[in-house]
Amino acid sequence: MIDIIENVSKESGEVSANKIDWLTVCKIEDITKNTGVCANFNGKQVAIFHMKKAKDSDGIGGISEVKAVCNVDPFSAASVLSRGLITEKDNQFFVASPLLKQEFCLETGQCQQDDAIAINTYKARIDDELVQLMEA
Amino acid sequence: MSEMKKSRKQKVVVVGNGMVGHHFIDQLISHNNDDFQVVTFSEESRLAYDRVMLTSYFIGNTADDLALTSPQAYDEQGVEYFIDTQVVDIDRDKKTLITATDQIISYDKLVLATGSYPFVPPVPGKDQKNIHVYRTLDDLDAIAESAKSSHVGVVIGGGLLGLEAANAIKQLGLQTHVVEFAPRLMAVQLDQEGGDLLRSKIEDLGVCVHTEKNTTEIIAGENCRYRMNFADGSFLETDTIVFSAGIRPQDSLARISGLSLGERGGIVINDQCLTSDENIYAIGECALWDNKIFGLVAPGYAMAKSAVSHLTRGGLNGEVKTFSGADMSTKLKLLGVDVSSLGDAHGNTAGSQSYSFVDSAAGTYKKIVVSSDSKKLLGAVLVGDTSDYGQWLQLVLNKIELSQPPEYLLLPEIDGDSANAAAGVEALPDSAQICSCYDVTKQHLCDAVNAGAHDISALKSCTSAGTGCGGCVPLVTQVLNSELEKAGVSINDNLCRHFAFSRVELFDIIRVKQLRTFDELLTECGEGEGCEVCKPAAASMLASLWNEHVLAEELVGLQDTNDNYLANMQKDGTYSIVPRVPAGEITPEHLILIGSIAKKYNLYTKITGGQRIDLFGAQLNQLPLIWQEMVEAGLETGHAYGKSLRTVKSCVGSTWCRYGVQDSTEMAITLEERYRGIRSPHKVKMGVSGCARECAEAQSKDFGVIATDKGWNLYVAGNGGMRPRHADLFASDLDDATLIRYIDIILMFYIRTAERLQRTSVWLEGLEGGLDYLKDVVINDKLSINDELIVQISHLIETYECEWKVTLNDPQKLKRFNHFINSEALDSNVIFTTERKQIRPAIKKNIVMI
Ligand SMILES: Cc1cc2nc3c(=O)[nH]c(=O)nc-3n(C[C@H](O)[C@H](O)[C@H](O)COP(=O)(O)OP(=O)(O)OC[C@H]3O[C@@H](n4cnc5c(N)ncnc54)[C@H](O)[C@@H]3O)c2cc1C
Ligand code: SF4
Repeated sequence: MIDIIENVSKESGEVSANKIDWLTVCKIEDITKNTGVCANFNGKQVAIFHMKKAKDSDGIGGISEVKAVCNVDPFSAASVLSRGLITEKDNQFFVASPLLKQEFCLETGQCQQDDAIAINTYKARIDDELVQLMEA
Repeated sequence: MSEMKKSRKQKVVVVGNGMVGHHFIDQLISHNNDDFQVVTFSEESRLAYDRVMLTSYFIGNTADDLALTSPQAYDEQGVEYFIDTQVVDIDRDKKTLITATDQIISYDKLVLATGSYPFVPPVPGKDQKNIHVYRTLDDLDAIAESAKSSHVGVVIGGGLLGLEAANAIKQLGLQTHVVEFAPRLMAVQLDQEGGDLLRSKIEDLGVCVHTEKNTTEIIAGENCRYRMNFADGSFLETDTIVFSAGIRPQDSLARISGLSLGERGGIVINDQCLTSDENIYAIGECALWDNKIFGLVAPGYAMAKSAVSHLTRGGLNGEVKTFSGADMSTKLKLLGVDVSSLGDAHGNTAGSQSYSFVDSAAGTYKKIVVSSDSKKLLGAVLVGDTSDYGQWLQLVLNKIELSQPPEYLLLPEIDGDSANAAAGVEALPDSAQICSCYDVTKQHLCDAVNAGAHDISALKSCTSAGTGCGGCVPLVTQVLNSELEKAGVSINDNLCRHFAFSRVELFDIIRVKQLRTFDELLTECGEGEGCEVCKPAAASMLASLWNEHVLAEELVGLQDTNDNYLANMQKDGTYSIVPRVPAGEITPEHLILIGSIAKKYNLYTKITGGQRIDLFGAQLNQLPLIWQEMVEAGLETGHAYGKSLRTVKSCVGSTWCRYGVQDSTEMAITLEERYRGIRSPHKVKMGVSGCARECAEAQSKDFGVIATDKGWNLYVAGNGGMRPRHADLFASDLDDATLIRYIDIILMFYIRTAERLQRTSVWLEGLEGGLDYLKDVVINDKLSINDELIVQISHLIETYECEWKVTLNDPQKLKRFNHFINSEALDSNVIFTTERKQIRPAIKKNIVMI
């Protein structure tokens, strides 16, 4: 754990020095596939999800991708979305709130059960095994 | 003046707040709340309760469970009520009532729903202490009180109610006798052969039956409190007596106020349920229609509906419903024996012929009465096996022409002949009444199916069919299936958009192909990436088969909220923790430890309904710390987070309790340790009581075990909570090994065949063939799968590990128990405040203030 924190501060120092806005938060191996974690990103709680499909279109084992949204569930004001279940519909990924199960699109933040509600999204990428975030 | 009168609410006074009086009020209010002011009087000490279920008061149901309404509900509905208040007179000219407490109440419309009272023959000595009748909850309290100082109990009267009363006395642990004047039991419903078979079955249960006994006096006894002398010179000694010698309509108010009565009592009513006074209705057991009294609840409800319909001029839908008599067919379970009688059971119709079939090995008796041309079924008697009841009743009620010679009806069903049965429902006219408790016709059901009620539970909840005595459920299911088939709706039980298979099919696929991960399952038979339906369902099935740790790398992403972190998430994102306390038995050391952990981590503590302790307000990072301390002290996870066995609730049983007949705590511990951790389609609760007093409320559990002096009675598919259901008696007087074997098989069969998130209650109700089928599977191994089921459950039992203990030893798993992946900080959104000396989540207002 300590290890990573040092890693993070070093990385983040590096990125800001390079004036690139990507901030490293952890390694991809820190996020068990098809689950999420919560990261402290510039003082904000961000939920990051690691998707790895069962099979890709070519039928071979999938590659990892990451998505990031606000960690706070707007319905309960609890910081829990990173602990939600990842769901898929028509090739789009969602996270279902672990509390009352409303789903939020990981691409757009749009709530599926209530048109009026959407949550913040962040840019996320895997760069050489590191998970990085950027304000959208 | 007349203008004013119209705008004022009509005052409707209902005398008698029994089942029918209450149903009337309920219907009136749901039809039309604004036009009526409703007042009701009950001479009993409480508002309406379910008299039909009276006997269950002795086997676990409380007065509250039986209540059909409550003072709060009446207050909310604006119904004025007076309990403990007898109405003693009616002044029909002034349109007022007088109560025993000298109140005078006016009415615009009066409804007499005074029911009936038990008839007690004028036997000398009948008015002593410990001699009772069987009609009200107060009677039952008095009987239970007498039982405390009694060894022997006698019921006078071997009719339907008498046998119910005998059951109650037996449940209270008394040596039980039934004394009947007629030559057979249930003389009204059964013929001699049926009565004889019922008698032998009941005697097998240890109840002594004495027929053709005319009690002449009750005097002091030698060995017991009383001695009953019979006309034939014989006698019987007993400590408690319950009279159940028939009922008489309670028509005294009508009598003194000069309403027309029948020759042998009963308040005469017409098809609108009006008495000879146009402002007075009579409904339920006090009413006499076409010279008949209806001693069942369904006809009373039908009368209540007619009266409401007349009073509201057809109510909302304008259709005036008249009362046109009711079928008196009955299907009952008396002392565990199925009995039913339908239509003209005695062959009273001119020219009718009867056929009967006795299978003494199976203990079943069937008799049919058919018309002189053998074309129509007129009536029937069934003892021991009443599975034909629903189908036959429809043949009788709708006068359907038989397609085969009548004796075919009696032959044991040939396997695979159920297609015939389905043809049966299609032959029914649309007007056929399928559910007699709630008067639901085939047309109602078809309409509901076509309006989208595509499964049995939806159909039940929108039509109420099958929610009364439940006897019609098989037929309702047949109507549903035939209707769906007609509409070309293939019965779609696909799990979700990712799998075109039902849970049962997927379970088999996983089992046969030995699939271990969700990815394998998707590759094998699914598409896409899964969702909130199929992921947890797959996690549950994989666990039910292979029992791998739920946080294993391939499985963790499938887990639902609580399983995901092995704790129960609360509204603010914190967790609650429940260590296992098998059977609720806990040492002072463990109690102190739990207390000190709660204190150390500042957790809110509450005792659960399942005899455990729940600790609330733990943050994610605290879970491993807390569990470390628990596990070190020898506590293990309680699986409060899992769809799996929760608790086995128990009483102290024979170890401490002076009534206990078996060691219920030890059995509960055995069961809890046997089945802990096994993942199932939904949570499973069990209970074990040390005697029939049922302090552990086992009959509200999925598996209920109640001690008898010979062993254990096993009950299945009970439920508390939102959809309460009394468990069904599955088998009696089992020894320990058989009890456990049966639970093993039923539990695994449930795991295999239930839908996702289906409790055992709904599962059993949906199982074609119901309880009898389940018995056949478990007891007779009908499907020849019991060995396999036992192997499977044994695997689960043998591979049990405390999930927290394993987690604490695995750094990879522990990594997830931190709020942030990149910081040790805690979640700043979690804020507590204090209430009643403990923490609780701060509500928004508090957060702002802080
Ligand atoms: C043990 C038992 C088992 C039964 N099992 C079945 C069954 O399996 N199936 C079935 O269909 N039926 C069964 N019944 C019958 C069923 O309970 C009755 O048909 C039903 O309760 C009749 O309802 P009711 O409202 O007409 O009368 P009740 O429920 O008797 O209500 C009448 C009420 O009016 C009150 N009352 C009377 N006079 C006055 C007055 N002057 N002032 C104030 N209050 C008054 C009475 O105290 C009573 O509370 C059973 C009955 C018993 C006792
Ligand atoms: S505590 Fe148990 S044994 Fe004692 S009366 Fe209650 S159920 Fe029976």
